[in-house]
Amino acid sequence: MTAAITEDDTQIDAAGKPGFVANIGKMSSHVASYLQAVPLAMILGFFFLLPILMIAVVSFWDYDFASLYPDFLTTNYTDTLGSWVTWKTYLNTLKYTALVWGLTLLIGFWVAYFLAFHIRTTTMQMVLFLVCTVPFLTSNIIRMISWIPVLGRNGLVNTTLIEMGVIPRPIEWLLYSDFAVVLAMVHLNTLFMVTPIFNTLMRIDRSLIEAARDAGANGWQILWNVIIPLAKPGIAIGSIFVVTLVMADFSTVQVMSGGQSASVALMMKNQMSLLQYPAAAANAVVLLMVVLLMVAAILRVVDIRKEL
Amino acid sequence: MTNDTKTPKGISRRGLLKSGAAATGAIVGSGLITGFPTIWAQNPITLRQFGTGVSNINAIAEKCKADLGITLEMTATDSDAAAQRAVTQPDSYDIADIEYWILKKVFPAGVIQPMDIKKLKYYDKIVPLFKTGKLKPDSIIAQGTAPHTVGYVEAIGDKTFAKGETQFFTMVPTIYNADTLGIRPDLVGRDITSWADIMDPAFKGKTSILNIPSIGIMDAAMIMESMGNIKYADKGNMTKEEIDATIDFLIKAKQDGQFRAFWKSFDESVNLMASGEVVIQSMWSPAVAAVRSKGIACKYQPLKEGYRSWGGGLGLAAHLEGAQLDAAYEYINWYTSGWVGGYLNRQGYYSAAMDTAKEFMTADEWGYWIEGKAASGDIMSPEGKIMEKAGAVRDGGSFEERMGKVACWNSVMDEDRYMVKRWNEFIAA
Repeated sequence: MTAAITEDDTQIDAAGKPGFVANIGKMSSHVASYLQAVPLAMILGFFFLLPILMIAVVSFWDYDFASLYPDFLTTNYTDTLGSWVTWKTYLNTLKYTALVWGLTLLIGFWVAYFLAFHIRTTTMQMVLFLVCTVPFLTSNIIRMISWIPVLGRNGLVNTTLIEMGVIPRPIEWLLYSDFAVVLAMVHLNTLFMVTPIFNTLMRIDRSLIEAARDAGANGWQILWNVIIPLAKPGIAIGSIFVVTLVMADFSTVQVMSGGQSASVALMMKNQMSLLQYPAAAANAVVLLMVVLLMVAAILRVVDIRKEL
Repeated sequence: MTNDTKTPKGISRRGLLKSGAAATGAIVGSGLITGFPTIWAQNPITLRQFGTGVSNINAIAEKCKADLGITLEMTATDSDAAAQRAVTQPDSYDIADIEYWILKKVFPAGVIQPMDIKKLKYYDKIVPLFKTGKLKPDSIIAQGTAPHTVGYVEAIGDKTFAKGETQFFTMVPTIYNADTLGIRPDLVGRDITSWADIMDPAFKGKTSILNIPSIGIMDAAMIMESMGNIKYADKGNMTKEEIDATIDFLIKAKQDGQFRAFWKSFDESVNLMASGEVVIQSMWSPAVAAVRSKGIACKYQPLKEGYRSWGGGLGLAAHLEGAQLDAAYEYINWYTSGWVGGYLNRQGYYSAAMDTAKEFMTADEWGYWIEGKAASGDIMSPEGKIMEKAGAVRDGGSFEERMGKVACWNSVMDEDRYMVKRWNEFIAA
């Protein structure tokens, strides 16, 4: 938006007609650009800023099972931050986030790399990319739940391994464990890594790679010194998707851990189902802060706007 | 989870035919049951009912429309939302379909008006469990929020419950049951007789309890007490120390790997059992039926310490008056007159007015569901699905055997908030 305004201004100045008409023009262009910004500002204001403000306000209220009482209490925050459950839950959620982020980045990057550099025709690239998205045509929940019959005690993996004589008795940690949670999350979120990385890889000028090879770089050096630095914006965008999605997840944790593990959002959901809205709101504000800090950290490492 | 049953407002030719037929049916069919159904057919009355129990059953709304001409708009919610709505939006409903422990929470807010038992046609038929707390004169009164403790008030307008039976009934009981542990008889490999058996090291990693704090804590209490770890003064109203002891015990069991999972919804409990992930767990009776309908052995195991029971009823909103109030009484009298009772009994729940329900069940159905006899033919669900084959006997036996052995009722504790906080720690631990 700001870029557009300065551009307009310079054009008018460059036209070299200072005076009344130009001033009117200048003013109306100012007004016009503000007017242009109004719809978006209103949508964001009503549907984004206002709700967040409401959450922040409610997080200071008092409550019982029946209703909320406007107040200014900090107990919701002291209860949340003062409890070892919260800290443990945050630690657990961060653990999932770190594991899922690392795995989706590894898998996502190689899938994108393969699509971008090893598939020769654009048509084939697009076909294969669409193939990657096919599972996403089914619901999130279905994709998650389908893991249960695969990983269960009498599931596909265990029965196959037992029949092949690899293991004497079923492996218990396949389902209702951290392993199951991370597996399902990686499965659900890898595409969010593939898409932006694939996009940036496709925009890399191939002559840069040729130049590097001519200069004597081997494959790893090209990857490390040319491709990865140029793919950084894609990696950053993908990371933002994955980190925010995993930090806010409750259904995957609930279903795949069999209710044995907690995540921050699950904690909030529990509070909401018990109608403890202010406590949940306080938790939401804390989570929002943490996620914003994480996103800020990612953006600090990679300037998305500069490199896009 | 909202489940609305509404009839369309506009008049179509088809709708007109249908309601005409319904009105005729009401006049013809309900002459025996009620005195003045034609009034409602001429001045259509709508009753808005919300809650946790029978509000889930659309067949009841359809039958009510056909028999009485009263349109029931039903909304189903979970119990916490029901408690909240009962108090905060008292004008949004005419009939509250809630459990007794919710009633205990919401009644002091003055949103439910007591009923005059003189206007309740079938009051005498209601089982004594809801009047005195005793199914039979020699029964022991169970712990927790037993329905009779919140069943009466001394006078209209009272905010506290009466000690004994009075003329003013807070809710007409509708649906109740006795819960216990479900087991896979083919996989447990031994007799299960006690709540303590769920903690048997042999079942390590193969057990589950439900993750709904207010009910889960009761199951945990049954387990704790049967293991001899503690003796509660009242399982339904624990002290902070008792809550701490119970939760600490659960956390230890969890960290030792005793539990495979914790379930929150009906389908989760069915899948855990059907897939063999767990062999013994907290369960609800329809979930046991669902596992069996897949051809998998599952037993609703009676245990020597007794059952954890729950019950719900219909309460009248405080704002009801005049014709609406009459219609509400009419509806409740219809409700207890037998058809609904038979329907609920055949679902595996219990009706509060057993004598009237009996007339709407076959001798075989009555024998299987209520008397604990072997079924002579196939037992069908109200929807017409085969539930049990001929020869089957209900787990736990007869109505008197099951409801006569209730150890505690679902309840709300004074230290509710503390309990929920500690329960969350258990889940996070």
